[in-house]
Amino acid sequence: MHAIEKLLAAKAHQASVTTGEIVNCDVDLAGINDLYLQTVKSFYEMKGDKVYDPDKVVLFFDHYAPCATIKQAQNHKEFRQFCREQGIEKLFDIDQGVCHQLLADKGLVCPGKIVVVTDSHTTTHGAFGAFGTGVGATDLATILITGKLWFKVPEIVKINITGTLQPGVYAKDVILHIIGDLGADYNVYRAVEFAGPVVAQLSVSERMCMCNLSTEMGCKTSYIQPDAVTMAYLKEKGITDYTIYTTDPDFEYAEELTYDVSDLKPQVSAPSSVDNVYDLARYAGTKIDEAYLGSCTGGRVPDIAVAAKILKGKHIPRDTRMIVVPASKKVMEEAMDKGYIKTLMEAGACITAPGCAACLGVHQGMLTGGETCISSTNRNFPGRMGSTDAKIFLASPAAVAASALNGCITDPVPYLKD
Amino acid sequence: MNNVVEGKVFAFGKNIDTDQIYPGRFVELTEPEDIKQYAMYGADPEFTKKFRPGDIIVASTNFGCGSSREHAAITLKSVGVAAIVAESFGRIFFRNAINLGIPVLTCKDISKVAANGDKLRVDIRSGRIENLTTGAAAQATPLSDYIMHILESGGIKPMIRAMQEAKQR
Repeated sequence: MHAIEKLLAAKAHQASVTTGEIVNCDVDLAGINDLYLQTVKSFYEMKGDKVYDPDKVVLFFDHYAPCATIKQAQNHKEFRQFCREQGIEKLFDIDQGVCHQLLADKGLVCPGKIVVVTDSHTTTHGAFGAFGTGVGATDLATILITGKLWFKVPEIVKINITGTLQPGVYAKDVILHIIGDLGADYNVYRAVEFAGPVVAQLSVSERMCMCNLSTEMGCKTSYIQPDAVTMAYLKEKGITDYTIYTTDPDFEYAEELTYDVSDLKPQVSAPSSVDNVYDLARYAGTKIDEAYLGSCTGGRVPDIAVAAKILKGKHIPRDTRMIVVPASKKVMEEAMDKGYIKTLMEAGACITAPGCAACLGVHQGMLTGGETCISSTNRNFPGRMGSTDAKIFLASPAAVAASALNGCITDPVPYLKD
Repeated sequence: MNNVVEGKVFAFGKNIDTDQIYPGRFVELTEPEDIKQYAMYGADPEFTKKFRPGDIIVASTNFGCGSSREHAAITLKSVGVAAIVAESFGRIFFRNAINLGIPVLTCKDISKVAANGDKLRVDIRSGRIENLTTGAAAQATPLSDYIMHILESGGIKPMIRAMQEAKQR
């Protein structure tokens, strides 16, 4: 069996599972974000009384942090009441940041756990050897009532990443390249494991970026076998209750692919599909109106650090705006302590509260018709950040910063030579 | 749920994501009557003026990819979609639709046999699809017994509710 299958079998209290089998698994962490009051509505529509375990339920006020409309405020109010009534203590309020980053910051994710959140990018937690997957509100309400959820045991694809990344090329470029090559629907209903020497050297932050974006090729979940990098995270967070599963040598993957990334150049995902990927050079010089740095994909400390490095002592041009949204309060504090926030403010960037902000087009940096944005986030669908007539390019945080500096899409590599 | 549905086809292309089915800026709405106003708004702002209860959505690959927003399924259920037939579906949308009792069928040939405005007959259980306008036919992948059980129960809510009521008695 694969490690993912062993994990599912353990949570379903079975000795083994087979591909395609439907299993009913215990859920270790059930997360609800503030977009989906429907979760609470479905809970009561299904005659829910008390949540299965208040300690395993987490509320995130991240997408509407802080609220921009009366309706959003009303939804938060009803969530707060639900938490009080149900004795849910883990309500991460509007100051805290994006759900996936918070689970890592707070040490709530670790190997061997099933993490289900009402957010499609819950695949992020494969970076820690957990089974992370996103569901809708009613599925989550089912967990709140029963503590369990049904899963179809997925086929698993292994992607080996070999070679050596060039300076200025990041995990973001690698995963965009892979999605562009394989297509947005390549892995629908299947799981992916990332492996190989490049993955072994990636930081927790870059692993989170890769696993996060695996959603954009349809993955149900993602997985990186826990290693020394994972152990360092567990030690830092003081986590001792975890289980590392390993894949049997005779396990047969549905497919096994290898990408050598030694010659990979900075990539962009061009409008308006994440799999529309090219070398950034193809679009170099394209005028931008907004450069957006943030999200559960590209708003962590190393992302802000590289932007500060590129923009230090410089200023973005008139008629270009740069919005920086730290992924969490902890990220923001560290970026402040290291001076990155001040550097970016001096360069003309607008810093917002930690959260999801304009990534999903609800507030704090919306685009109007005819505008172009380069963004370190995960989606460039039509209308994703506002008008359906706006264009969104996805790229690495370094490319976002270099583009902000010049008011047009710019290769970051020349700015990163010491 | 009707085992056989007939309706007019509204056809879409590939990778119709949940932002096109239901844009993010309307996700704060919580009542189905409000949510139904914006069905397919990002793909066709005029959709709700044309679509009638009982009509059928047809799409190419990866329909409903993207966000976990159940609003995408709620809005289509609320406008009365009888079935959605696509070459493939986004995973979370597929689950959300089944949970709400919307028949979603995977048929790799659907774009070849159904175009905008055609009248389609879909047998939900067998997956048999007939184009009543052109006479063309195709076969969808039959849904698993577990999924058919959810659909025939009217979605997951009546199932869990019955379980809870039995427990609370």
